[in-house]
Amino acid sequence: MIPTWAQLVYLACAVCFILALKGLAGPRTARVGNLVGAGAAVVAVAVPFFYLELDHLVPILAAIAVGSAVGVLGARRVQMTQMPQMVALFNGVGGGAAALVALLELDHMGALTPEFDVVATAFTIVVGAVSFSGSVVTFAKLQELMTSRPVLFPGLPVVFGLGLLTAVALGVVVVTDPAVPLGVVLAVVGLVVGVLLVLPVGGADVPIVISLLNAFTGLTVAAGGYVLGNVVLLVAGTLVGASGTFLTLLMARAMGRSVANILFGALRGGSTLGAGKASDRPVRSATPEDVAILLGYAERVIIVPGYGLAVAQAQHTLRELVDVLLARGARVDYAIHPVAGRMPGHMNVLLAEAQVPYEQLVEMDDINPEFKHTDVVLVVGANDVVNPAAKTSPGAPIYGMPILDVDEARQVVFLKRSMRPGFAGIENELLFDPRTTLLFGDAKDTLSKVLSAVKAL
Amino acid sequence: MSEPVVWLTIFLLSVFVGVEVIAKVSSTLHTPLMSGANAIHGVILLGAVIVTGSTEGTLALVVGLVAIVLAAINMVGGFVVTDRMLQMFTRRRGGRS
Repeated sequence: MIPTWAQLVYLACAVCFILALKGLAGPRTARVGNLVGAGAAVVAVAVPFFYLELDHLVPILAAIAVGSAVGVLGARRVQMTQMPQMVALFNGVGGGAAALVALLELDHMGALTPEFDVVATAFTIVVGAVSFSGSVVTFAKLQELMTSRPVLFPGLPVVFGLGLLTAVALGVVVVTDPAVPLGVVLAVVGLVVGVLLVLPVGGADVPIVISLLNAFTGLTVAAGGYVLGNVVLLVAGTLVGASGTFLTLLMARAMGRSVANILFGALRGGSTLGAGKASDRPVRSATPEDVAILLGYAERVIIVPGYGLAVAQAQHTLRELVDVLLARGARVDYAIHPVAGRMPGHMNVLLAEAQVPYEQLVEMDDINPEFKHTDVVLVVGANDVVNPAAKTSPGAPIYGMPILDVDEARQVVFLKRSMRPGFAGIENELLFDPRTTLLFGDAKDTLSKVLSAVKAL
Repeated sequence: MSEPVVWLTIFLLSVFVGVEVIAKVSSTLHTPLMSGANAIHGVILLGAVIVTGSTEGTLALVVGLVAIVLAAINMVGGFVVTDRMLQMFTRRRGGRS
């Protein structure tokens, strides 16, 4: 049915996707890999126009143009700090597209359709819908359109379980009777299940769920490829499904948690979900001048950058401050936690944008032994990644996550906007430690005050 | 063509390739890798085009066109945004990682 030349082009595209993923896994080849993937995708999409007599050619081309324009605009406009929610949104629309394609396939099916094709179609409808609605909820959480903390209501596990059972039962019915209205109901159930799946996931765990939903969408694309008899969809979808699942496990390991704990931990009743609001316990705050004296006469300084730094757009001021400290003879490094920011590796992207020299960025395992020999640690807009609760309080949402051992340093300075807890919504005991100094205010503003005070020393 | 065993073979081999290919990636690249993989599954656009090209009836056509728009956003946006992130890495002094 598909001419041999087209099948060979599809095969070549599938190989290019493998090469693209392989390239993306290494820093030196990542950009080329991504371009190879993009090229293969464009070629693959162009192929059917040459061997199929497609109806509705003009509307189809117009729809591709509209979608591409929206995609490019969104991708260009988004700030680096908002990257995780952008990825979530792109994944969501992909899942939605897969579910709609499957619904249309269902429309073409009849009694003679092989059963396995209908199974794959039903799978795509429900998983695509889960991926769509789940991604929308993760987007809302990361964009802070809703609370980023776990959302629970009594009976949620029961409702979720019922939703899953309904989806499976409906799936079986659809397989015996491939009717479109049933498919639509199945999609609606999938949407509900997706929302229920993501609601109880809070804070720092959200990116891991995005990765999982990404893998889900990959599998729906693979199933779509099976039904359409299209090898490039099958291979590309399976690649993403498998590598995405594996990536999810890697990320969970980096947080010191299991995927099951991330998804369902809150359902088991986390006791210390935190107050989520400012505490009124006494802390020691200081002026920019005090901090300048601490920093100016320190021999060893470590900077812990966090999401707050990027939000305040204070990277350049920070870099200037570091340059001045270096000129005064201090040794200064940046300590990079693997999940600093909103997503694993996000901080590396953010600092790369600010052109912080690579040699100054030190990964967690290498810098952790250094903290006990450090005079001053300057924490800029980070909280969860230095929170000792990860070691000391079982039941805390971040318990078990490896952290930067900032608490071992001689002095710690926190630059914060307020006493509000970090993304994970738990209080940081380190803030109340006698060795800790707090400097309140917008990071960019306070850093430039510290900078001029250091210069004046 | 739709010989299930052949497809199962391709599927399973792809699973192994997918895992193998990213087995040793450093956490530095997790974000771009996730974004790049996300863009790759945007090829569902291909499926959306094929299905829409054989639809009958206005409602089905509209659904198909919506699927195409969504898939194109996923695919094109995904690759562009990944490239933007990776640009940050290559521009950096020192060149490594």
